Amino acid sequence: MRNILESITEKFFKLSALLSIGITLLIFIFMLILSLPLIKEGILSFFIMGWNPAKGNYGIGPMIVGSLIISTLAIFFAFPLSISCAAFMTIIKYTRITNIIKKIVLISVGIPPVIYGFIAIFTLVPFIRNLFNKGSGMSILSTSLVLALLISPTMILIFVDTFKSVKKSYILALDSLGCSPVQKLLYIIIPCAKDGIIAGLLLGMGRAIGDTLIALMLSGNAAHVPSSLLDSVRSLTAHIALVKSADVDSLQFKSIFLSGLVLYTFVTLIVCIVNIRLRKSISVNNVYE
Amino acid sequence: MNKLVEQTIYFFIWLWTILYFILINIIIGYLTIKGSEQLSLSLIFGDVGAFDALLIKKHVLDGLFPAIVGTILLVILTICFAIPVGIGAGIYLAEYADYHTKRVVNIFFDTLSAIPSIVIGLFGLSLIIFINKYLHTRIYTGLIISSLSLAVLVLPYIVRSTELALEGIPLSTRIAALSLGATKIQNILYVLLPKSLPGILSGVLLSVGRCASDVAVIMLTGAVANAGVPRSIFDNYEALPFFIFYISSEYRNNAELMNGYSASLILLIICIFLFIISTIMGKSISKLSLIR
Repeated sequence: MRNILESITEKFFKLSALLSIGITLLIFIFMLILSLPLIKEGILSFFIMGWNPAKGNYGIGPMIVGSLIISTLAIFFAFPLSISCAAFMTIIKYTRITNIIKKIVLISVGIPPVIYGFIAIFTLVPFIRNLFNKGSGMSILSTSLVLALLISPTMILIFVDTFKSVKKSYILALDSLGCSPVQKLLYIIIPCAKDGIIAGLLLGMGRAIGDTLIALMLSGNAAHVPSSLLDSVRSLTAHIALVKSADVDSLQFKSIFLSGLVLYTFVTLIVCIVNIRLRKSISVNNVYE
Repeated sequence: MNKLVEQTIYFFIWLWTILYFILINIIIGYLTIKGSEQLSLSLIFGDVGAFDALLIKKHVLDGLFPAIVGTILLVILTICFAIPVGIGAGIYLAEYADYHTKRVVNIFFDTLSAIPSIVIGLFGLSLIIFINKYLHTRIYTGLIISSLSLAVLVLPYIVRSTELALEGIPLSTRIAALSLGATKIQNILYVLLPKSLPGILSGVLLSVGRCASDVAVIMLTGAVANAGVPRSIFDNYEALPFFIFYISSEYRNNAELMNGYSASLILLIICIFLFIISTIMGKSISKLSLIR
């Protein structure tokens, strides 16, 4: 009796693990099946054509460009911010100030993205509108700035982990030679932590591409290829959120599944690169990889 | 020359850190100031008295009560779906899997935790489409599909925290019960799980915070702007973060905007509170929070 109960429990545990893996694969399969009608009509044209449902153009090209632009710009703004905070938390010796910064970073991980978007609509957007005196303020610039603020805490924590995992013997050697903190940072910590920094950048980019609300609320959602930093743009995630109420059988509706497929592929690529190439820098128990 | 570069870099490190600190403080401070102007019972219950609304005698049309109830119901259902599967998978990873299985499964979980939340909402939508096509029942968007999708979203947190908590138990505790004659399952259920409960709980609290504040998933699978308190698990419902989202684009007068600020303040306090408690409970929580 006991043996049967035990083997059932063991099977249950194994089943849960398999279920979790299965769901990951199932998401991909569902996206593929549902965007198949769209792909059958000619795969390449969907990435090159523009988006104009009235004329029958269902290309998600502009959306892909929009997503890539706002994420790259967000990483561009977030990188100095997060690496400086991470360096501050590692090498500066004033423990009271460092503790305060640590607490603020931890709190900012817990802030939901809705709040960032809500506040930015009523503070940042009018500011940018008045500063440049053209456009509506909802532009690539405002989206990237807020996205940078959103992904910074994640990147800060990854960088702090990599900085801390530099060998203690190196740090001790530097201390015994009389190095100042910045010298420690520049000449030993950053070169040793190169892999971790690249991993942090990639993961930040994955998070920036996948964020829906900020791109939806702040980027203006015009489905065209932008021509200046103040143009409004539509990201893949915002496209999914906007088109969801179209007629279920139409090609317009199927385009959201194609967007989901593109997003899924992109994120899987990032995760695979981080896992396989950069595994040495991030150990199994340390970060989520 | 080098000295100058070093001094500049030192200066920039201070500058960017102080800038980040100021920006986060501006966000929290601005929200607190604007949000606390309108905090009162009438914000939540509208024109209806508190007891009538709580006993669902009258419908609250212009307060936050339906949204708060919707969020609470969503969180409870999601946790019911996610905890058994999550803890089971975590126990399997920590106790039964060998190194190579762990590597493969870890790649899958990393992918699952990195998938954008709106793709998971699409998954819920596609579940509805497939169920309508191949089974002979008609399902529409509702509370249950939303909580299934949110459970998928939240699964990596629970699995990771269970795995980390179980692996953090020292060897002496692990082999004590086994040496007294307990079977592996008895060891897990009576010794290891209770000891790792704080870690598991911190993962659960983190996932509750994530459920309560996620908009992308529920936007596609059942949250609407005005639905009142849901009467069954197949109904549409309202949710607090969704309320904040649509108020930001469709507010008609200043009073509604102020309602939005107060709702944001409530959501912020809940999320930060949950996050801080889960940080206190679990030691490796700062690593887990990277999944966010």
